[in-house]
Amino acid sequence: MNQEHMNQDDRDQDIRDQELRELYQEVIIDHGRRPRNFRRVEGASHCQEGFNPLCGDRLKLYLRLAPGEEAVIQDVAFLGEGCAISIASASLMTECLKGKTRSEAETLFQGFHQLVTVGGDSVHLGKLRVLAGVRAFPSRIKCATLAWHALQGALSGGELTQGVGERNQGETGPGTQGWVSTE
Amino acid sequence: MTLPERYPSTGLEPFGEFDVEARRKDFPILSRRVHGKPLVYLDNAATTQKPLQVVDCLQDYYLQSNANVHRGTHALSEQATQSYEQARDRIQTFINARYREEIIFVRGTTEAINLVAQSFARPRLEPGDEILISAMEHHSNIVPWQIVCAQTGARLRVIPINAAGEIELEAYPALLGPRTRLLALTQVSNALGSINPVREMIELAHERAIPVLIDGAQAVPHLPVDLQQLNADFYAFSGHKLYGPTGIGVLYGKRELLEAMEPYQGGGDMIIRVSFAKTEYNELPYRFEAGTPHIAGVIGLAAAINYLDGIGLRVVARHEQALLTYATEALSAVNGVRLIGTARHKAGILSFVMQGVHPHDISTILDQAGIAIRAGHHCAMPVMDFFGVPATARASLALYNTFDDIDKLVTALHEVQRLFR
Repeated sequence: MNQEHMNQDDRDQDIRDQELRELYQEVIIDHGRRPRNFRRVEGASHCQEGFNPLCGDRLKLYLRLAPGEEAVIQDVAFLGEGCAISIASASLMTECLKGKTRSEAETLFQGFHQLVTVGGDSVHLGKLRVLAGVRAFPSRIKCATLAWHALQGALSGGELTQGVGERNQGETGPGTQGWVSTE
Repeated sequence: MTLPERYPSTGLEPFGEFDVEARRKDFPILSRRVHGKPLVYLDNAATTQKPLQVVDCLQDYYLQSNANVHRGTHALSEQATQSYEQARDRIQTFINARYREEIIFVRGTTEAINLVAQSFARPRLEPGDEILISAMEHHSNIVPWQIVCAQTGARLRVIPINAAGEIELEAYPALLGPRTRLLALTQVSNALGSINPVREMIELAHERAIPVLIDGAQAVPHLPVDLQQLNADFYAFSGHKLYGPTGIGVLYGKRELLEAMEPYQGGGDMIIRVSFAKTEYNELPYRFEAGTPHIAGVIGLAAAINYLDGIGLRVVARHEQALLTYATEALSAVNGVRLIGTARHKAGILSFVMQGVHPHDISTILDQAGIAIRAGHHCAMPVMDFFGVPATARASLALYNTFDDIDKLVTALHEVQRLFR
């Protein structure tokens, strides 16, 4: 093998190592291992399951919105299982959503989607930017967006007539209350 | 029931060292790099790489003799037809089928099982009848039966497995009931690697006049299969897990059963005479091969079988078993790694989970080191549920894998742990 080829391989390897470190930053490992807001929301007004049938990652997102048009998200939490990326992304999302209105949440979703697909931050994503490294791993983008798809599903669905804590306790997976898929 | 010995020796198999480095040269893809690292391909249960002998054969076919089969009266069509039918003979001898017309070309194992579900099982099932499968089946040996159960009112019953990922043989005889109409069982589990004692299980089913379909997708690349000895009524496998092309597979069916079955798909090639009033179907095997078949695939599959037989499946099996033993020890020694599927009789499949790290994260980090494994549910969600894991990482072996491949896998797993510490 000639020197030039070796150097190219070394460069490829360096780039990839750097990309990997960016993907698995400490914040992501931490949130993946100890997700914040990992619980049900008592008296939730919205609930949505997200499921990635390709890999089996699944989560259930709970929201409590104050009534009214410009209602803010009073509480948001989730339960589920998945890889570090999907759990960390869900955890970070719940931290960012509290106090946001529906339209602010929608703007964040668009901004986050842009961050992990084409790159760039046009909406001040704050700490969500730690997930920018996902962009270099196309097969993992769906992991990062799973919780966000569940959020969209929750907000576009109707309000629950009773607290979700009372039904399907602890269950996640398709078929309990309808679900969104990243497929 | 008791388990058979792993590989009964005939005393006839060729001995001597298997030259893995020489064989690796047959697979040019193995010398490429991924992310700057030499490729370590350990996703063979998903699909194997293809040797030059197969790739050249496909190229030759398209460059020299491409034409439709069973139709033309010109030279090319005659050549293509001859190669296509010779491939059928080759596959007949490979699995030791009694008759050549028992070899039906299909897209793959999945299509073969669906064919049997719809053409054999469906017209024969009554409400309350039972189809028996096992708890370690691939979705392709579950869902076709669920569909046919929904169509007919039949019920699906499941032979349980134990914590090692072996069939619960004590529970099996009682599940062969008066309403059991078919046993559909995998020979080797794609998610666990377990080798099932299918010959003994078939014998017991036959004592009660129950026909048996064997999913051989993960078996044919790893162990010699002799259908006259095995005595399965149906046997399905895919070409692409056998060093052959994608999109081609085989359904073996006993002639008397195939003859009594309705066609699966209608179209060209599967008819003798068509009028608007009535259609007369063609004889076996053509009755089940509607439309222009995957001619190149069939010829390529025969080339793959020639290649594999040239090495000898017993030689391949011995090499893979040595790797499996080595890898089992090496992975077990990695802190926090738990093997899923520890059957006494296993083919070269190592499913595992790692404490605190999801299989997808393992797979992404391994990929960065040039190592290709599979992470996920392996189209066997009931198996994942049984073991209480959402997914596993799976390294699966082929004849071209080396001890060095296993060492690299273990080194990369330590890297995973370092990142997630």
